[in-house]
Amino acid sequence: MSAAPKQDQYDVVVIGAGPAGLAATAMTAEAGLSTLLLDENAGPGGQVWRAINSTPVKTEALLGVDYWSGAEIARAARDSGAEIIHRATVWSLDRDLEIGVSVGGGSAFVRAKRVIIATGAQERPFPIPGWTLPGVMTAGAAQTMLKSSGLVPDCPTVLAGQGPLLWLLAAQILRLGGRIDRVLDTTPRANYIAALPHAFGFLTSPYFSKGLAMMREVRAKVRVTSGVTELAAEGDGTLSAISYATASGKRERLPAELLLLHQGVVPNVNLAMAAGIEHRWNERQLCWTPVLDAFGNSSVAGIAIAGDGAGIGGAQAAVVRGRRAAGDAIKALRPQAKIVDLSAELARAERGRAFLDVLFQPARQFRIPQGDTIVCRCEEITAKDVLDSVAIGATGPNQLKAYRRTGMGPCQGRLCGLTVTELMAEARGKSPQEIGYYRLRAPVKPIMLSELASLPKSEESIKAVVRG
Amino acid sequence: MIKHADAIIVGGGIHGCSTALHLCLAGLKPVLIEKDYAGRHASGVNAGGVRQLMRDVAEIPLSIRSMGIWETIVDLVDDDCGFESHGQVLVAENDAELDACRARVADLNAHGFTHEELIDGAELRRLVPAVAESCPGGVVSRRDGAAQPARTTTAFRRKAEQLGATIREGIAATNIRREHGVWHVDVGAETFASRVLVNAAGAWAGRLATQLGEPVPVETIAPMLMITSPVAHFIDPVVILRGRKLSFKQFPNGTVLIGGGHLAAPDQDRNETVLDWRKLAESARTVSELFEVMRSATITRAWAGIEARMRDDIPVFGPSALHEGLFHQFGFSAHGFQLGPGAGAVMAELIVHGGTQTRIGGLSIERFRKTTPSATA
Repeated sequence: MSAAPKQDQYDVVVIGAGPAGLAATAMTAEAGLSTLLLDENAGPGGQVWRAINSTPVKTEALLGVDYWSGAEIARAARDSGAEIIHRATVWSLDRDLEIGVSVGGGSAFVRAKRVIIATGAQERPFPIPGWTLPGVMTAGAAQTMLKSSGLVPDCPTVLAGQGPLLWLLAAQILRLGGRIDRVLDTTPRANYIAALPHAFGFLTSPYFSKGLAMMREVRAKVRVTSGVTELAAEGDGTLSAISYATASGKRERLPAELLLLHQGVVPNVNLAMAAGIEHRWNERQLCWTPVLDAFGNSSVAGIAIAGDGAGIGGAQAAVVRGRRAAGDAIKALRPQAKIVDLSAELARAERGRAFLDVLFQPARQFRIPQGDTIVCRCEEITAKDVLDSVAIGATGPNQLKAYRRTGMGPCQGRLCGLTVTELMAEARGKSPQEIGYYRLRAPVKPIMLSELASLPKSEESIKAVVRG
Repeated sequence: MIKHADAIIVGGGIHGCSTALHLCLAGLKPVLIEKDYAGRHASGVNAGGVRQLMRDVAEIPLSIRSMGIWETIVDLVDDDCGFESHGQVLVAENDAELDACRARVADLNAHGFTHEELIDGAELRRLVPAVAESCPGGVVSRRDGAAQPARTTTAFRRKAEQLGATIREGIAATNIRREHGVWHVDVGAETFASRVLVNAAGAWAGRLATQLGEPVPVETIAPMLMITSPVAHFIDPVVILRGRKLSFKQFPNGTVLIGGGHLAAPDQDRNETVLDWRKLAESARTVSELFEVMRSATITRAWAGIEARMRDDIPVFGPSALHEGLFHQFGFSAHGFQLGPGAGAVMAELIVHGGTQTRIGGLSIERFRKTTPSATA
């Protein structure tokens, strides 16, 4: 059951129960710090180890060894003495380290001496023509259904995009008997050359052999078309076909009822940005990453970020980053405690990342759409709409809100933010860093008005009543 | 290289942009300097109320002047600014509050102002059907309404630039000084010079006034607002309460804006505010009590804009009491958005003609000089 936090003050509050959050929680709680772990999902695991305690898919090989390694860390967190609340939505965090959290239909505020944000990654927007048609979904959403309910596609299905998760999902769908008609690989051919200088780190990394085996496994069962440079979803009201072109000039139209899109993941920045944490444009990962010190401490005193939210590093790096942030929190609150140096371990876990970052940099045309392609799904704003606004004076994402209301809908910029930044940067001949990003604001997840209304009254208003 | 301009305006809010535009219309070539971008603070993120209702008598003439411009705003800036005129209604929640409303309307009538009208419970429910049955009446200002603040400020800025204003955004005005009767302002590597300087720097205007030898009792505030997901259309006018801090407005897309003056903690030097959710919870409670239909709505975003509030809650508007060529236009104390169009027009008259037909005497910076101990000694 999900109950409200037992205390209103903790030494450490960890937000997110993925690899980083679970690892951090176990460590701070074991060190004797009062620790609260808040997580949105029904159980531990985050995205990568989603439903680790509850998945109906029990055969180990189907989801892979990496998935099951999560169970041990989840167990350690559970047995650590930390207070763990699932189905808890953190909707506010500010520079006073006050956290607004919604649990079981009610909201509460808790204060922390240290906060570790471990809210992970989200999928990068993939704004191609037709991407808003019913029948088009993200690979991540498909994987969520697969892990939590064992659901796999059985209709004509195409996977398109690039990156390790695309291949992982393809392999998992196939192992569970799902249907994939084609994989359209959008990795730009030039990336293979650009990534070569980083290849040594990759070849000696854990990714290499696993990745290769997975791609071989998929290719053995499904036709893979690589070098895809154009991609469009078509259909009248719902997806009926996918048309694509390749670098070598081949064009084809594939009938399909389901298109799963994926071109990598980017840090989920909403909570951190709303807390006022400084972020910078990351030229290699083509996304915003927080400005952090070696332990993950952000520009806001007391708040650290671990896991993919600190910059995409994968699950193994997330675990180490979680422990590093936890170690620093322990050191700050228990100065006599001995903290193990994890820098060598982190370097090992991050090895190969540079190669993947460069190899799987999405192509310009899949990040910066044109013409009638939708950019902002909430307000149905196209690339042309954005450029028209730039032409009459919109200089950045925040000004664009005044013209087009982009970023002001329920997704709070998650599905359009990166696209808008890059599109406006290109149109104005500036760098994404110069163009900037939406100023994000709490609540980072919508909360019910009635829930807010039921918050305990402020001390001031209670005093006013007493005096009156 | 010093660049000469007909006027230098510091601050790119609705006021600075409106003054720039009206100076252009009078044939002048002003320069407007904005440290962030036009409408970055209160002017772009306020509740958008276009309200004559419940104003201090001293600013009513300016407000009425402005209302006339709002009603034809598209002719001025080529954009309707999202302006809609469904009136603004002040709700009395009990008989004592209604008595206060009655006295207020009588006082305005005595001053010759007729825009506020006392209404009974039946008329209140006709205008605002969803309001709680227990409310006995209120006051309506029928010509009032609301507009989209960022869009409006942006439209003024754009039109001013089209008509020849020089706009500098993203760089602060520094080293503001008067040499041989001419104001000089550095903007990055550039220096602008003009006989006229307008202080329209919002929350930063108090510092500038102090720097120029005219300190005034001003504080920085950040009124909070929140907006909900769309709910079925249930209300047209903007609603404000007599007794509690709440303002309330539903947009055409169904979203509902909730404000009313609860304050966030501003951090002016960081351009940041820290929201006070306990105060926003009070607003949420008030809304739930008055409008049952709102209880199931969700809050999608909350924010606060940084601005200046004077000790007496009315702006500083008009010529400096100390320097020739210096004009103040700040301290609008959380109700300056509606005044923007008219204030720019009047400010242009002050600059170009040396006077105006609109009564603004009560807003002069002089009022603070008179009360300082040194002035009375």
